[in-house]
Amino acid sequence: MLSALRTAGAFGTRRLASTQAIASNSEAPKGIATTGTPFLNPSSKAEYALARLDDVMNLAQRGSIWPLTFGLACCAVEMMHFAAPRYDMDRYGVVFRASPRQADLIFVAGTVTNKMAPALRRIYDQMPEAKWVISMGSCANGGGYYHYAYSVLRGCDRVIPVDIYVPGCPPTAEALLYGVLQLQKKIKRKREAQLWYRR
Amino acid sequence: MLGSVIRQAVSRQIVRNAPISTTAVAAQTQATGEKKESPKKPTIWKIDEHKRERLANFGKYAAECLPKFVQKVQFAAGDELELLIHPSGVVPVLSFLKVSFIDIILTEPINFQGNHSAQFTNLTFITGMDVPTRKNRLEVIYALYSVRFNARVRVRTYTDEIAPIDSVTPVFKGADWYEREVYDMYGVWFNNHPDLRRILTDYGFEGHPFRKDYPLSGYNEVRYDPELKRVVYEPSELAQEFRKFDLNTPWEQFPAFRNQSITSGYETILETAAEPAPAAPQNK
Repeated sequence: MLSALRTAGAFGTRRLASTQAIASNSEAPKGIATTGTPFLNPSSKAEYALARLDDVMNLAQRGSIWPLTFGLACCAVEMMHFAAPRYDMDRYGVVFRASPRQADLIFVAGTVTNKMAPALRRIYDQMPEAKWVISMGSCANGGGYYHYAYSVLRGCDRVIPVDIYVPGCPPTAEALLYGVLQLQKKIKRKREAQLWYRR
Repeated sequence: MLGSVIRQAVSRQIVRNAPISTTAVAAQTQATGEKKESPKKPTIWKIDEHKRERLANFGKYAAECLPKFVQKVQFAAGDELELLIHPSGVVPVLSFLKVSFIDIILTEPINFQGNHSAQFTNLTFITGMDVPTRKNRLEVIYALYSVRFNARVRVRTYTDEIAPIDSVTPVFKGADWYEREVYDMYGVWFNNHPDLRRILTDYGFEGHPFRKDYPLSGYNEVRYDPELKRVVYEPSELAQEFRKFDLNTPWEQFPAFRNQSITSGYETILETAAEPAPAAPQNK
């Protein structure tokens, strides 16, 4: 959230310009209004206001996902490629952080062993709230090649809750990029303020 | 223009050099021609006969110097020298191969010479092997490399689940973690090791996973328990057993090796062990 606030201003203006461009074309993706919000049917004025608040929060959060590197095996190399100029994750506001305290997202890139599992959980617990997990590659998804091994965790979702599973062995940097875009889509549907109001 | 000049010059040089090089080759063939011509084998790895002979001589010499410990000298895969030794001789043999070590030698009754013809100063690795059908089921293998002579040698010894082997950390400092690994994976106990504990497996792990009787999937698995708020260990439950497809393919995969026994890759140079060396570690 901290990171989100920091980049919200710059991103917001750019976003506004692009939505105007879409509006002039008068063709928006299915299920999403020309303003880009998924919350189209507010039942009251308060709901409307909170939906707009959600929109702003989600916009800020998905525009600055700061991941924690958790490279464990060969997937880490693809994760590095994602950071490198060809795929350049920075253009989506995705910037690697070396500390879990500053991270919104964790890429679990590689084979999680039984010995590493408590450490992974601890790192996840240290991340501040509004946090996401991308499980990258077969090994992190479900054990993969090492599914039957005595020392390997059969999927990192046994230890931490996963948002996006990126398949592949290892997934290409492009696949990981797509995973991040899917996560952005997921964040876009978040309705924290509206749920708070309903409760 | 310039290119053609160079080409001419090069070709002239080749022509000038050609007779010299052919005579050199002829001389070489004459020198090696005295040895019997080995039948041409369909292999990519070219065995250097000269080097192989030097290694064989060194193996014989080592067995002569250490008759108490070296039981067999052999070549594996053509030109890889192996010394099969008694487990009590690990430290003397390795120190012999490395260099003369007075403090180690003084404890041994045999008169060691400083062996400057070897200088196997690099301990490449230590590993283990488990053959459950043998009486001494575990084997420990030390690979050494001589930087001075660009030569390699493997030292193999044996033990069982209980009998300890002397640590070679006094000779090679780098043996520390390798021995920890062998202890971790095979359960070989090393005497006089400075810090013998598990190195790779999980904290509190039980068993030695590289032994043949250790199940592939192990015994425990971990998961996060949201009530206890920590990672817990549980007996593993697999939704589906490991499937091993043991299908008989209609194609023979290695027809060239159809009738070869498993020991056919070894060529014995010298066999000295008529009976097991003294002070065999008797367990039970």
